[in-house]
Amino acid sequence: MIVSAMLFGIGVYGLVTKRNALRLLFAVEIMINAANLNFVAFGQYLPFEGSAQTALPNASGQTFVLFSIALAAAEAAVILAIVVVAYRLHKDVDVSELKSLEG
Amino acid sequence: MVVTVGSAIVALEAKEIVYGAIGLAGSLFGVAALFFLLDAPYVAVFQIAVYIGAMAVLILFTVMLVREEKWAKETPVASLSRIAGIITGLAITIALVVAALDTNLGQYTTISNSATFVNIGQLISTADAPVLLVLALVLSASVVGALTLSRVDREEPS
Repeated sequence: MIVSAMLFGIGVYGLVTKRNALRLLFAVEIMINAANLNFVAFGQYLPFEGSAQTALPNASGQTFVLFSIALAAAEAAVILAIVVVAYRLHKDVDVSELKSLEG
Repeated sequence: MVVTVGSAIVALEAKEIVYGAIGLAGSLFGVAALFFLLDAPYVAVFQIAVYIGAMAVLILFTVMLVREEKWAKETPVASLSRIAGIITGLAITIALVVAALDTNLGQYTTISNSATFVNIGQLISTADAPVLLVLALVLSASVVGALTLSRVDREEPS
């Protein structure tokens, strides 16, 4: 959990300071991994499922992490496609330079 | 642990963004190793397959596609925003660590709750089946969206 907290702090630092779209993606991925690590760690403390005769290990935490990893992969694919399009339109991936998105 | 946190810092601070991508892969590999240590081998293998197998390659290809000297070495950020970022990150880290140490979780012993992939499969195919279906729809929608975004409009040959 302490490693997870450190990873989350690094991710927040990257999200605040960086202006390159790919670095922002890296920071978001690091934060997602910190959250996943916490899910698996806390999942170890869940009680067994079922009655005493048919006690099954509780797999909820790990199942949730599997779903989360798949969602993160989909999100990364979309972000990378957006980065390619932004580069093609602006020849730049600096998010503060994307003036056309300002209201 | 040191590898995980160190590679995460390398991923954000490396001068060349290619080295940053490699650092990210190292960090994700460290997280997979921690999953192994936490008695979750199936999740660890899934993490290696998806993140390091697919996503690292995807990121590397994107870096090569849009590579240009101008931003391969990115512009240095203002020192004020860097200091603000460091303070924010440190504050959140300290808050989370204090919150984790303040709980009485230490008095519980870890019950050997090592769920195998059989348990995970049972849970996915029974109670969590709707989640799986929605996730499949989201994945296919995102793939279609990514393909549409990155489509190249070619001139019609006349």
